[in-house]
Amino acid sequence: MHPALSIILFTTISGLGYGLAAVLGLGMLDPTAVPTKVAHFAALALISGGLLFSTLHLGNPQRAWRAFSQWRSSWLSREGVMAIVTFVPLCMGAYAAIFESRHLVVSGLIGAACAAVTVYCTSMIYASLKSVQAWHTPWTPACYLLFSAAGGLLLGVFFAAIAGAGGALMQMLALLLLAAAWAAKFRWRREMLAMRPLSTPESATGLGHIGQVKLFERPHVNENYLTREMGFKVARKHAEKLWRLAVLLGGMMPALLLVAMPAASGWLAVALAAAAVAAHFLGVLVERWLFFAEARHAVMNYYGG
Amino acid sequence: MTSLPPAPTPKQLGLVIDLDVCVGCHACVVSCKEWNTGGYGAALSDQDPYGPNVSGAWLNRVHSYEVVPDGGEIVGESGEARIVHFPKSCLHCEDAPCVTVCPTGASYKRADDGIVLVDESMCIGCGLCAWACPYGAREMDLAAGVMKKCTLCIDRIHNETIEEVDRVPSCVRTCPANARHFGDLADPGSDVSRMVAERGGMDLMPEQGTRPVNKYLPPRARRPLAASAPGIPLAEETDGAKGFFAWLDGMLDRI
Amino acid sequence: MKSHARVELSKPVSDEVRKTTCYMCACRCGIDVHLKDGKIRYIEGNRDHPVNRGVLCAKGSAGIMQHYAPARLKAPMLRTGPRGSGEFKEISWDEALGLATRWMGEVRERDPKKLAFFTGRDQSQSLTGFWAQQYGTPNYAAHGGFCSVNMAAAGITTIGGAFWEFGAPDWERTKLFVLFGVAEDHDSNPIKIGISKLKQRGARFVSVNPVRTGYSAVADNWIGIRPGTDGLLILALVHELLKARRIDVDYLARYSNAAWLVIDAPGTADHGLFARDGEGRPLVFETVTEQAVPTGSRGARAALSGRFTLPDGRSAVPSFQLLAEEYLDPKYAPEAVASKTGVDAATIRGLAAEIGRVAFDEAIEIYEPWTDVNGERHQSFVGRPVSFHAMRGISAHSNGFQTARALHMLQVLIGAVDCPGGFRFEPPYPKPLEAHPRPHGKAEHFGSNQPLSGPHLGFPLGPEDLLVDEEGRPARIDKAFSWEAPISAHGLMHMVIANAHAGDPYPIDLLFLYMANMAWNSSMNTGGVIRMLEDKDEETGEYRIPRIIYSDAYSSEMVAYADLVLPDTTYLERHDCISLLDRPISEPDAVNDAIRWPVVEPDRDVRAFQSVLIDLGGRLKLPGFVDHRGTPLYEDYADYIVRHERRPGIGPLAGFRGLAGDRVGRGAVNRDQLRRYIENGSFFSAHIPAEAQFFKHANAAYQDFAVRMGFFDKLQPVTFQLYSEVLQKFRLSAEGLREPVAPEIHRSRILSAFTPLPAWYQPLEEAALDEEAFPYHAITQRPMAMYHSWGSMNAWLRQIHTKNPLYVPGAICDAHGLKDGDWIWVISHHGRIKVEIAHSDAVNSRTMWTWNAIGKRGGAWALDPKSPEAEKGFLMNHLIHELLPPKGDGMRWSNSDPVTGQAAWYDLRVRIEKAEPGETSEPHFSDMAGLRRGEEVPAELRYGQEWSK
Repeated sequence: MHPALSIILFTTISGLGYGLAAVLGLGMLDPTAVPTKVAHFAALALISGGLLFSTLHLGNPQRAWRAFSQWRSSWLSREGVMAIVTFVPLCMGAYAAIFESRHLVVSGLIGAACAAVTVYCTSMIYASLKSVQAWHTPWTPACYLLFSAAGGLLLGVFFAAIAGAGGALMQMLALLLLAAAWAAKFRWRREMLAMRPLSTPESATGLGHIGQVKLFERPHVNENYLTREMGFKVARKHAEKLWRLAVLLGGMMPALLLVAMPAASGWLAVALAAAAVAAHFLGVLVERWLFFAEARHAVMNYYGG
Repeated sequence: MTSLPPAPTPKQLGLVIDLDVCVGCHACVVSCKEWNTGGYGAALSDQDPYGPNVSGAWLNRVHSYEVVPDGGEIVGESGEARIVHFPKSCLHCEDAPCVTVCPTGASYKRADDGIVLVDESMCIGCGLCAWACPYGAREMDLAAGVMKKCTLCIDRIHNETIEEVDRVPSCVRTCPANARHFGDLADPGSDVSRMVAERGGMDLMPEQGTRPVNKYLPPRARRPLAASAPGIPLAEETDGAKGFFAWLDGMLDRI
Repeated sequence: MKSHARVELSKPVSDEVRKTTCYMCACRCGIDVHLKDGKIRYIEGNRDHPVNRGVLCAKGSAGIMQHYAPARLKAPMLRTGPRGSGEFKEISWDEALGLATRWMGEVRERDPKKLAFFTGRDQSQSLTGFWAQQYGTPNYAAHGGFCSVNMAAAGITTIGGAFWEFGAPDWERTKLFVLFGVAEDHDSNPIKIGISKLKQRGARFVSVNPVRTGYSAVADNWIGIRPGTDGLLILALVHELLKARRIDVDYLARYSNAAWLVIDAPGTADHGLFARDGEGRPLVFETVTEQAVPTGSRGARAALSGRFTLPDGRSAVPSFQLLAEEYLDPKYAPEAVASKTGVDAATIRGLAAEIGRVAFDEAIEIYEPWTDVNGERHQSFVGRPVSFHAMRGISAHSNGFQTARALHMLQVLIGAVDCPGGFRFEPPYPKPLEAHPRPHGKAEHFGSNQPLSGPHLGFPLGPEDLLVDEEGRPARIDKAFSWEAPISAHGLMHMVIANAHAGDPYPIDLLFLYMANMAWNSSMNTGGVIRMLEDKDEETGEYRIPRIIYSDAYSSEMVAYADLVLPDTTYLERHDCISLLDRPISEPDAVNDAIRWPVVEPDRDVRAFQSVLIDLGGRLKLPGFVDHRGTPLYEDYADYIVRHERRPGIGPLAGFRGLAGDRVGRGAVNRDQLRRYIENGSFFSAHIPAEAQFFKHANAAYQDFAVRMGFFDKLQPVTFQLYSEVLQKFRLSAEGLREPVAPEIHRSRILSAFTPLPAWYQPLEEAALDEEAFPYHAITQRPMAMYHSWGSMNAWLRQIHTKNPLYVPGAICDAHGLKDGDWIWVISHHGRIKVEIAHSDAVNSRTMWTWNAIGKRGGAWALDPKSPEAEKGFLMNHLIHELLPPKGDGMRWSNSDPVTGQAAWYDLRVRIEKAEPGETSEPHFSDMAGLRRGEEVPAELRYGQEWSK
């Protein structure tokens, strides 16, 4: 699948935003601290920014409002609806935190739950597609949710560090979720690499009863919408390198930095947390790029790829 | 709204494509393009039409495959692979994943005849339906930013301003090899249904669970020529032409 | 669901439908052109049309993009830069026609042979030939010489017709159809319709073709033959059928020259010729009275074998005796030909068995009483439901003439010519060889300011009809009808530029070309031809071919080499006639002709070439184009189509003749004729009476019908010439036994190729080369969605074939360590090309191939020079020389069939070497940048967007 920058940025940034929103909703940051107020703002900004990125790849973004109508069948619509719905508790929580320095427990819990549901919806856009076999697994939402949570916790750790609060619980949780996210992702990727394709050129053409099917000529010589969108290919060697980079940046580095955090304080702790967030962010970007680039769409059975 | 209508729809209009006779001439491909670029919805645009990266939106494309049979017939220096030309457009699936993923309701399956359509005025061009379709039946028009797909020529098949005989999809009407047939696959008595029953019409990628309406008729089984070799009657064993001329005289006597 | 805008189900398609004839290839289907707001909305097949019956191919449907292509020429142009640069200035038609008239007039006065007029994809040869004859140059032909003259000449020589425009398989009834290589843009829709029909009936379809694409893909059996060996395969089939006694003796005795007596008098001028009576009638041996009597004698029971003494004491044998002795020879046994043809013996035997079984055990009978030309009444038509079709695949070889003859002989042997289920003639064919004209062009046939004394093209009946001078030197610039190519019935367009450049047999002053891309894909040795067109005489500084006038509708590569360009219209802007005088579109059951008419008006300063030619005829005051006062006879081509009469009552169109428009075939001029055609869908069809539909070569009712229609003025039955006396006459000349004797240098070539019975010999290029040095064949195939070089300027068609790889068989890939996307050098005795390859197993294992004419020269066809067509696309032409490799006799023989001069495109032999990956195929020529000047080429097309609201 074509790794479109707009979609990669959307899932990564909004995932981070929803993670942070959940951390805030669960009251894990001191509502009176200024950095927490900034965090609320940041969560909303990340979420909105992510959503904005998502509209960049639309052919007719002026009609985007229509996307809220089909929540009964479409995960994309559900995601849109949930994104809007989630804004309500999040804004209430943010208002209370920013202007009243307090944590609204009920709306916070609702907000956290909504954030999780929204991320789940996002992930289900992909996981629901049988045509992309690698995505079509419960491990896809698991990964999305866990990465979002881990990212949110890392940001939580960062804002806590600015506030000078210990945040040991969040550090522990962040470590735990990082480990869980990457464990899930390892599992996801192992499944993808070992996958026996559900559809093959033989099943796609129905000619398997004659013999082995190989593309002789494409219908049109140049690339077309389908091959550009669905025919992206990344070399195995290249993918392997990127995968190691993603694990390093998105998992090992933030984990090491987290482990080092208790020993640090003040600006050093802030710097360590910032580095962990940045590394994680970059790592997840690479992970997300691979999520698309390595996934093979069934239509490519028709295009010899 | 993008929930699917209750299945099966009372009619299932669709195509039956005969792989035994398709010669890969692309007639259906171009006829489809010319009908639909001025027909339902936005034009089917072509980018860089006279340049290096020419590429346009097409609703029907013909692929060609080499199929290498297991233990195939090798005739002298012939290779053993055979070529199968393979036209492909929307299969108007009963369980159309492209419809249910649509966030806006632009994609829908008609409850009465099962045709899967895009209401372009509602389409935001997110491309998700194209991702959901395992067959590559949907293509974004880059100029209009909306999703295009085979409409089964909905503006022909019910069009009362054209003669009844012409109320078939453009690709069907134009196909020189008569490899494309249009009809109601829900009606077991229709020509297309009978063809499917007789010839073992098949679904593409049944494992995707889409339950396509369009069916493909597989190439017919072939008998090698060499199998007929023993059928040539053996003349009496005489050298050269002598016996032949004796036979010839006999023949002439009988005329 | 309610949210959806209601789909407008009954939107009218268009404002108006205009019916005309397609010209996207040579098939000539009927089309319905839908017009909306003055633009073309949609083109579909005309359901009533006899050729396509409603269907239409990819090319036909892409007519919109052809019509609106930016490559269309816009105004007459005069060259300003050097040839090939594409630099021109636009001039007015007055200026252009004035210039053309001056150039042509001077040549006509001085030496009319110095104008050579050759046309390419011309569908108006009846006019262009007539014009050239009135102009008076002997140098005229269309493109048949590099297309399929072998097919046409062999067919006419043998059975009085050939495939495609001469006849077709009986698609409704045939039970076994054997197809040899065909160009998929010739008769394309009828063949597709036919193959589909017979497959759906369960008939067997066998394809003989080195490549398994296109029609071969759907064949029940594919015989991936080695190129150039089809003749051997056919003769092996004949061998098997004779051995198995699977021949139609009655049919042979009635309709062929099997019983005609061949004089056996070695060393004399009559050896091998037919014994004739005093009136020139061939003799047969009557077995009851035991004497030689003229053929056709009532009640005669003619011998097909034996040796007889003629009244003059000479010995003679029935030609069939020679035939049977020849083909029963074990050298034609399947085992003997298997390795040469690349087809195993069991397959050959199996095909022979099927042919024999279907022809005789599954014979069909149509109960329709009819009378033959000898007056005998028959109660039914007996059909041998085996049919064949062939085209360039067997034609474009140096042994193609004899191969095509062999195929026709096979058809006659099993009695499958013009019978139910077999191959059927399409009117005005069959037509015996003798009913065709002799070629004209000898010195005594032309002169200053006078017309040529007869038609250019025809069939010599012996060496005495050759167009050569006393020394045997060719009279024509292309050396057609000379000892080099005696039966070159379509001329040798592919030799014109090379010969004119070499001044052999003489230089010319003016080359006048129409619709022929000679500077690119229509020439062998393209690079060489480009150099010849650019080459200047060192002394005078003038081009060696001093003037070139070219007419085309599109900016093809050839445009850049013209001095004066006369821009033609598109096919939707013009009048045309698809005439019975030309290349007809009849069907076996019906006589058809058709017209084109301007369904849209040109929006540029262009004129239909035919109208321009008529205008020039008037300006040059050519007889036939002006009256005795010198006033032009015709306003334009439309006027000519209606009012021109070739013979009294016979004009370009057969339908709606007579003052009331109610006469068919023969009739007075009807000024309302075109309107009547348009009302009838732009075609005319006259059905052949039921009793005249089969055995047309010998059917009295058909012969009467043909005379009534004006095909002939007297009955012209055909006796199939299995044994060819014409070829034997050339043999005798080559043996020095018969006058005129062949010049020494030509003798061995004639002796090897002019066998009176069909024979197979190794293709000449193959025979001249070391097989180890050039072990592979390389051929082209026509893609179904393109027509020659046409298609690349078409925004839709070019997406289907934007570039062409070389398809290399798996076995060769393995031997050279090649995989998809690798680059190789392909090397022939003449040149080398560097190309990208693709692996394929659906091909003869010693043959590589590519699609024809996809490669373009940068700057032509209004394409971006960086287009894949120009960067990666390639032509095989660079490997093919118009001459054979030298063989040490001091001559460079033409790379063509020695009988007809047919260009031997498919004889090419190559070797390959792995190359470094490249960005562009090689050779790569400089861009003809000038050709694209000022072109407004859109970056995006949204055709029809205005109708989407």
